[in-house]
Amino acid sequence: MGDLLNSGSATVLALIILGLAALGFALTRRRTVVSVQGDTRRLHSLPAYYGYNAAMLIAVPSLMVIAVWLLVQPVLVQNAVIELIPEEVVAEGSSVGLVMSDVRRVAEGLDSAVAQGAMTVQEAASLDAGATDVRAQLAEIGVALGADVQGPVLAAAQRYRTMTATGRLAMMVTALALALAGFAYAFSRTNADFRARNTVEAGIKALLILAASLAVLTTVGIVLSMLFESINFFRLHDWKDFFLGRSWAPNFRGDSDLSILPLLWGTLYISIIALAVAVPIGLFAAIYLSEYASSTVRSFAKPLLEILAGIPTIVYGLFALLTVGPFLVKIFGRGEDGLLGVDWMSGATSVLTAGLVMGIMLIPFVSSLSDDIINAVPQSLRDGSFGLGATHSETIRQVVLPAALPGIVGAVLLAASRAIGETMIVVLGAGAIARISGNPLEAMTTITTRIVSQLTGDTDFASPETLVAFALGLTLFVLTLGLNVLALYIVRKYREQYE
Amino acid sequence: MTEMPKSKGSLLVQDARTKQRNNSESRFKLYGIAAISVGLLMLMILLFTIISRGAGAFQQTYLTLPVQLLADKLDKNGNRNLDEIKKVSTFGYAPLMSAALEAKVAEVGIETTLKPKAMADILSKDAAAQLRNFVLAKPETIGTSLEFKFLTNSRVDGYLKGRVTRASIANDKNINAEQLDLVDALIADGSLGKQFNLDFITGSDASDARPEAAGMGVAMVGSFFMMLVVLALALPIGVAASIYLEEFAPKNWITDIIEVNISNLAAVPSIVFGILGLAVFINYMHLPNSAPLVGGLVLTLMTLPTIIISTRASLKSVPPSIRDAALGVGASKMQSVFHHVLPLAAPGILTGTIIGLAQALGETAPLLLIGMVGFIASNPPDSIASGLMSPNSAMPAQIYEWAKRADPAFYERAWGGIIILLVFLITMNAIAVLLRRRFERRW
Repeated sequence: MGDLLNSGSATVLALIILGLAALGFALTRRRTVVSVQGDTRRLHSLPAYYGYNAAMLIAVPSLMVIAVWLLVQPVLVQNAVIELIPEEVVAEGSSVGLVMSDVRRVAEGLDSAVAQGAMTVQEAASLDAGATDVRAQLAEIGVALGADVQGPVLAAAQRYRTMTATGRLAMMVTALALALAGFAYAFSRTNADFRARNTVEAGIKALLILAASLAVLTTVGIVLSMLFESINFFRLHDWKDFFLGRSWAPNFRGDSDLSILPLLWGTLYISIIALAVAVPIGLFAAIYLSEYASSTVRSFAKPLLEILAGIPTIVYGLFALLTVGPFLVKIFGRGEDGLLGVDWMSGATSVLTAGLVMGIMLIPFVSSLSDDIINAVPQSLRDGSFGLGATHSETIRQVVLPAALPGIVGAVLLAASRAIGETMIVVLGAGAIARISGNPLEAMTTITTRIVSQLTGDTDFASPETLVAFALGLTLFVLTLGLNVLALYIVRKYREQYE
Repeated sequence: MTEMPKSKGSLLVQDARTKQRNNSESRFKLYGIAAISVGLLMLMILLFTIISRGAGAFQQTYLTLPVQLLADKLDKNGNRNLDEIKKVSTFGYAPLMSAALEAKVAEVGIETTLKPKAMADILSKDAAAQLRNFVLAKPETIGTSLEFKFLTNSRVDGYLKGRVTRASIANDKNINAEQLDLVDALIADGSLGKQFNLDFITGSDASDARPEAAGMGVAMVGSFFMMLVVLALALPIGVAASIYLEEFAPKNWITDIIEVNISNLAAVPSIVFGILGLAVFINYMHLPNSAPLVGGLVLTLMTLPTIIISTRASLKSVPPSIRDAALGVGASKMQSVFHHVLPLAAPGILTGTIIGLAQALGETAPLLLIGMVGFIASNPPDSIASGLMSPNSAMPAQIYEWAKRADPAFYERAWGGIIILLVFLITMNAIAVLLRRRFERRW
């Protein structure tokens, strides 16, 4: 709640600043026009640019300060408050992180008690853990706490509240001061000779650059967030077991086997089956569409195939779990009642289930990319082959495909990276048992499935069983990134060959 | 006269080698046709499965029953004080309903040995709450007799839809054969039957025991707020980034890094964005768990590359002569871009944005990590702030949630939810295609 109120007040502040910017725009524009007695030809720029200049100086720096402040303040407050928590409060099997979240909950509870009028500001600030039952008081207003509030925790919570409140006030003052200073500066600089357009355009360009670098920032954020938690994980867990161990058996009481190898095996096995389905079908479909099909067939078959790529993966997941899985069980399972009369498959989730469905999903990826690549092979190569008397299929097999091979390899690698990173189909269709086995009718589990199961529900960011998800995520990221870079490199190199 | 060379065979008759080559030609072609047919067949099977399994969710079995709203049960003091009426819980309403059902059975003349309470078990556990809500909304109706349409138990609903048979209920504690006899008799009477189920589209999720009351409405609102966030952030940022990269960026290594970065981000598995969201937005910034705002932020980061790539393509398709003409009459570079190039590229940008939004709408994996599953999204938000901040589900997350539940009655809901989701996706893509057709310019 505290952060909610916090971001709520930040929104109000942002709206005030935007209002100020609009006011600044109008005032500055008017002042400029008045300064030349309405003869706007004597201005360097169009009148609106003077207004934009003021609005930009008011809004941009102050809004940025708010954004940075909101990002940095929680960390600073947390670091200051953690020092207040003595070690004996951190109970056996618990961690500083858990106590910190208690602190935060108490602080938020007190805040909402004040907001609801159940306590006065003074009462909330002068609570004493020994004298009053804070837990019961907070429970009355709907804030449930897991345990009784200990003295140091309450003290830390009070400290947390005051620091957060001070920080929030300081943020408001700084942002408003910056906005007003910006306005004063813009207003004082405004005269007929001021090069307002150039200044505004330079400002806009800076904003454009900022937007473009957000993509880099996202990547940095992805890598850093996973790297930090992965390092935490390797502090708690032996890296040899993670990379070289043989079993995956998380145990929330500690001492778990957390090895990536069984998960990697499941991931690769499913991906290989998926590619075994998607590559032949996709490739032949692409060859037929680009070499044989009439334009009418092409114009309806290609978009229809591409619908398969637009269907959300949750749909494929459900299809695997409820349709393909039971169908496979009907064939390979149920003993005497099954179609084959064998009992090889017991549940609907299996490597084959997930692999087949993922293969269907990947058909359009392979076919669209291969289609583009085959079309890029110059017609002169085909004409030469026809001229020598080759049939159409001979030309395709012996001239077009060898020429397009690097690009097709690139397409297959892209499809493989897609298969490795696919989540919903394997979460629903592949099962949850980690094992290294060659039987495609058994349930196995994958990297993405384990990430989902380790990070959903109650997570404790101090236990290796939760943190392992970040190490898995990092591995997944590196794996798919490597495949993508390789594929793009191959495709690009190949394209240049014929340009 | 020279001698004619002796022909080895007629031109009109194929020799063995030609035959073999021609056969392999037609075989090869057949492979291609087979591949396309398999692909299209899969599409057909998929669509057929979705529609045949999901259509049932749009119909629900209701029992029409006249109920006497007895004043001495619902409002003992007779002063119609709403606070006092509220004290009567759903348990207070249940006897009214079993009495009504008993009266109905007697009126139609159905012979059954069932006790009134067992008869009422064919109704949904939600029915009493339904009745109570009606009374609380209209306390003046107490004391009158009104006709209500009650939801029936999911087993009864399954019986009407063919999912539950008399053979399959042998070990089912929720229903027995005698109750099905009663259901048959009520169907014959015409008071029990399937009707269009608006609640599935507008209603909220329900607990494990009441699959018949579960709906998509609240999850749809959650998805709507997420798309609002995505649109508000991804469109301006994406367009700004594309303008810089396409129109202003110098060719140097920094620009190269940004470009390689964007194309790689487009191929990062969606679950990795979920991890980022969990680590940064929830763990670090302490934004509320399961909030559509967080979901929207994560999906924004995921959609940005798509929007940037399509926006750059449409900026690129505006011919340089437009820019030159603007510069020639004295516009600055910035003016030429914002006044001339951007408006001409707008339809393409819009198309790309809609397609990006459609992708984001169907994405599930990152939502699992930021906690948009595992609870019952039962309260529709009452304001924009609570729509963004209070926990909610989203359409694909709701489908996943239903697929995970044990009762097969929820599978029908999941397929039905997919139909709703696909209707949205098809509409969005159709709008994109129409926009492209309508506004696309060939220079």
